[in-house]
Amino acid sequence: MSSSASPTLAPSGATQAMNAHAFRLPSLVQLGPFIALLLACAFFGTQADHFWSLQNFSLIAQQVMVVGVIAIGQTLIILTAGIDLSCGMVMALGGIVMTKFTMQLGLPPLAAVLAGLGVTTGFGLLNGLLVTRIKLPAFIVTLGTMNIAFAITQLYSESQTITGLPESLTALGNTFGIGDTQIGWGVLLMLGLYLVVWLALRDTAPGRHVYAVGNNAEAARLTGISTQRVLLAVYALAGLLYGVAALLSVARTGVGDPNAGQTENLDSITAVVLGGTSLFGGRGVLLGSLVGALIVGVFRNGLTLMGVSSVYQILITGILVILAVATDQLSRKGGR
Amino acid sequence: MKPDVVMEAKGLVKRYGQVTALDGADFELRAGEILAVIGDNGAGKSSLIKALSGAVVPDAGEIRLDGKPVHFRSPIDARREGIETVYQELAVAPAMTIAENLFLGRELTRFGAIGRLLRILDKKRMLQQSVERMNELKVGIRSMTQAVETLSGGQRQCVAVSRAAAFARHVVIMDEPTAALGVKEGNMVLELIRRVRDKGLPVILISHNMPHVFEIADRIHIARLGKRAAVVNPRKISMSDTVAVMTGAMRPEDIPAECLAA
Repeated sequence: MSSSASPTLAPSGATQAMNAHAFRLPSLVQLGPFIALLLACAFFGTQADHFWSLQNFSLIAQQVMVVGVIAIGQTLIILTAGIDLSCGMVMALGGIVMTKFTMQLGLPPLAAVLAGLGVTTGFGLLNGLLVTRIKLPAFIVTLGTMNIAFAITQLYSESQTITGLPESLTALGNTFGIGDTQIGWGVLLMLGLYLVVWLALRDTAPGRHVYAVGNNAEAARLTGISTQRVLLAVYALAGLLYGVAALLSVARTGVGDPNAGQTENLDSITAVVLGGTSLFGGRGVLLGSLVGALIVGVFRNGLTLMGVSSVYQILITGILVILAVATDQLSRKGGR
Repeated sequence: MKPDVVMEAKGLVKRYGQVTALDGADFELRAGEILAVIGDNGAGKSSLIKALSGAVVPDAGEIRLDGKPVHFRSPIDARREGIETVYQELAVAPAMTIAENLFLGRELTRFGAIGRLLRILDKKRMLQQSVERMNELKVGIRSMTQAVETLSGGQRQCVAVSRAAAFARHVVIMDEPTAALGVKEGNMVLELIRRVRDKGLPVILISHNMPHVFEIADRIHIARLGKRAAVVNPRKISMSDTVAVMTGAMRPEDIPAECLAA
């Protein structure tokens, strides 16, 4: 017969070298966010007296819970190689619906919360439909729905903050004490959501399909995966998570705020990227986004303790995102 | 004695507006063979393959699988009947592992009914079966848990071929599987295609690469002007005569009788 090469998968010299490279890089990419978080904590520990205290960490956790939950939805979408610019505005609308339905329509808080969740999920579904059916880029779709959600929020609330909420709407903002430390119920909810979605992404077929669609949508389609259904489910689930974030935001601030979500919008993308999820889709670990959200939270908290004005905080988070994306880009290039 | 026919098509017609892509094409695939399908651009080669793999629905004609008529409305229908297709472009998810790619879209679950409902992956069983399948095809592997992107192009295509072979019950269709590969890598894939046939699965190979076709095909189906011009025996006919028939320089009737496939 011919002297054709045997179809062996044992890596040749060149691929072996590449292998070793590829093996080292993901671990560095995965550890990177943790190292960055520890370095940030170490730095602020030397700069601010009260940074290293359980109370302060408990506070950071509560400050982070809203953007943390949004970042779960954002991670799902970015894993499919999309992006969601509407998340913060959709959350604000959800918060207004929950509070206004309770205070003005007199609905029981539970029904109002369900209505709010329905509205945010509906917006997620709208994003998903525009992305899958009309095949518009996620960037443009969500830029549009961001503005639409913002406008509806302002119109419906008449730009008025909704106050005097019943205790049941803000219960998730309460804390319970273990020793001297106060732990927020909302923080527990956020951690629970991270755990469930992380496991689903790692250990279920639909979870792996999310990665497959972001990795190579055509290959996923050819293996019989309905990429449209995966994308629709991802956008709708993200919308639902923004609704949960809305409830947490209402609970934390104690009001329905039509101007909520403005910082969370971009902070969630920052958190996801800092957490090591690739903006090109298909690569990343959800728990990284939690670490990314904590990095953002630690920076904001530490800079506040240092007395740095909020404009500089925005400047620094801007630099952080670019650094994180650049690291992502360079590490992928180096791996090739 | 008539050889076992696995897949058969008679009088397939497919029109796209004014253009007739298939004009009464016939097709026959026998058990345990590699049948190469060749043809110039516009000869109806890809429409034929698309009809067989369910990617297009023919306007007329009939397709039989193991003697039974089948009507594919999508590639998923064809897959359900045990027909798997390997594509020219590497249809794998690079960041996912070999095992994950092999079972993509067909994951095994654990924890019984609850596991099926939640579709909880049985990673251990999938890994184990991946190793078994790859060993069966003598694809040497170091680790099924390495990402596909750490493999060379030929190795990635071997993963795609192994996946098709693992799940096909009747037919494997390979659409230009070596077109994107270098010489050595292409040979690696050819060798694997041969093993797939030796395992008992008939293979339909679409290729522009005549040396490849002549190296591994048992019979060659020449498509021309939307019809089957001839089926030839690569061990008897020359490559230049084959190309002449394909391009119309030689009439099918002028092919010496001994060069036609039995």
